[in-house]
Amino acid sequence: MTRIEFWQGNTACAEGALAAGCRFFGGYPITPSTEVAEHMAVKLPKKNGIFIQMEDEIASIASVIGASWTGARAMTATSGPGFSLMMENIGFAAMTETPCVIVNVQRGGPSTGQPTMGAQGDMMQCRFGSHGDYSIIALCPASVQEMYELTAKAFNLADEYRVPVFLMADEVVGHMREKIVIPDSVPYVSRKALVKGTLPFKADSDLIPGFPQFGKGYGVHVTGLTHDERGYPCATNPKLHEALVMRLVDKIESARHKIADYEILNPDAEEVFIAYGAPVRTVQQLMHDQQDKTLGFLRIRTVWPFPEFALKEFKNARRFLVPEMNLGQIAREIERHVQVPVVSLPKLGGDLHTPAELLTALEAR
Amino acid sequence: MRHEVRFSGFGGQGIILSAVILGRAAVMHDNKFAVQTQVYGPEARGGASMSAVIIDDAPILYPKVATPDIYVIMSQEGFEKYGAGAGENAVMLVDSTLVYSRPKCRCIEIPATREAKQTLGRDIVANIVMLGALVASTHVVSEAALEKAILDSVPKGTEALNQKAMKKGIELAGAAPGGQKA
Repeated sequence: MTRIEFWQGNTACAEGALAAGCRFFGGYPITPSTEVAEHMAVKLPKKNGIFIQMEDEIASIASVIGASWTGARAMTATSGPGFSLMMENIGFAAMTETPCVIVNVQRGGPSTGQPTMGAQGDMMQCRFGSHGDYSIIALCPASVQEMYELTAKAFNLADEYRVPVFLMADEVVGHMREKIVIPDSVPYVSRKALVKGTLPFKADSDLIPGFPQFGKGYGVHVTGLTHDERGYPCATNPKLHEALVMRLVDKIESARHKIADYEILNPDAEEVFIAYGAPVRTVQQLMHDQQDKTLGFLRIRTVWPFPEFALKEFKNARRFLVPEMNLGQIAREIERHVQVPVVSLPKLGGDLHTPAELLTALEAR
Repeated sequence: MRHEVRFSGFGGQGIILSAVILGRAAVMHDNKFAVQTQVYGPEARGGASMSAVIIDDAPILYPKVATPDIYVIMSQEGFEKYGAGAGENAVMLVDSTLVYSRPKCRCIEIPATREAKQTLGRDIVANIVMLGALVASTHVVSEAALEKAILDSVPKGTEALNQKAMKKGIELAGAAPGGQKA
């Protein structure tokens, strides 16, 4: 039986994680993500899970990586300042192919910025924030319902692709309360287990190695150094390094179509809005109010890997308008892929774009 | 029918809880849609606090309140910051114990903090008095839904006190000029 709740986005995030089988949370409280940790602190012990408040965010993500190697579904939740601290170990998770879920309820930055106000300023940091080349997956919820569903989905993607998956929420969706329909269960994708006798970092044709769980008879060396298929450091062989990094990138980029989650409204339109996260709600309101078939909308749930092929579905597009609560981070990404003008509609300060503001931008031709 | 309700007062009065209870009443007990949002700073206790609820029969797209049609104002600073700009067609409930300004729109004066303290013995339930008055004078949710939402939101052991506070609010709205539903 499904049931109805009136929940805050951060509560829905924690409940979505629990429904997906998350049994480890390591974190350090920070506004506007704290309610995720609070909820996990209450609920996890009752499900024989572990909640641990670490000394900082560096240790938090480290604890999550460790927990994941024991086979647990593990997550942390933070905001900008904590996210910055996590960057080094996020690269470690990418290099060691550790499934984990990192929630960033974005607030105004840089630095400690605006703790209680919404922003989307960490979209590029989540893609490129750790050093070196790698790929990750990032999801952007636009409602309390999606805080639940996309958190649950993040665990499946993390386990399927052995990669850190980011829930890039924002203060608006994290703190708002609204109606949510809780499903009986959520889809579950298991981690592919390592076949005994196979080298632990030898990938299959999908470019993903099976996972050797600690405590199940495997002795595995897990290192952030460039490693061979045994997991042993091998940091001076140019070919081996190139092959490893290319595999880490390609296992995600070659699955872009499969990972992509987006919706298209009015594909014949000439004027097309593109949004992710909270600004989706403003565009939805504008579309509803205008009832104009010449107005298109691409709403993206998986911002990374960026589904650039979706842009091509708007064959008549003359202009893309991109409202973001940052200075055009994804507008710039879109610009790389299209020939027509991309109009960035940035909004800083913490408030969500209003429908009137988008209408003004639309009318300024 | 879409209603946008804005609550303001000072941190500690339960302004955010009021909005959560109202949204909960609409969604959980009146089978409607609601979105609750809030504005607060890191230093909010004592400062002006604001919370808002949108209630609608249809799903709510834009989640922020743009032009409230109902105000519940519980402090003078809250009035100045979040109530003074109320449109002429709005209706405003003020806690007349703490707010001395009056808006241009229809205004219902509820001495919530005084009554909470003198009649109920706890000024902490003034927000629930205001909620009772709000629902009696606007019917934005049903009284039954509000009562259920109050009971599943307040701390255990305080149910009777909060029920009394809600009834007191309904009674005060009935007695206040303009307090009956138009």
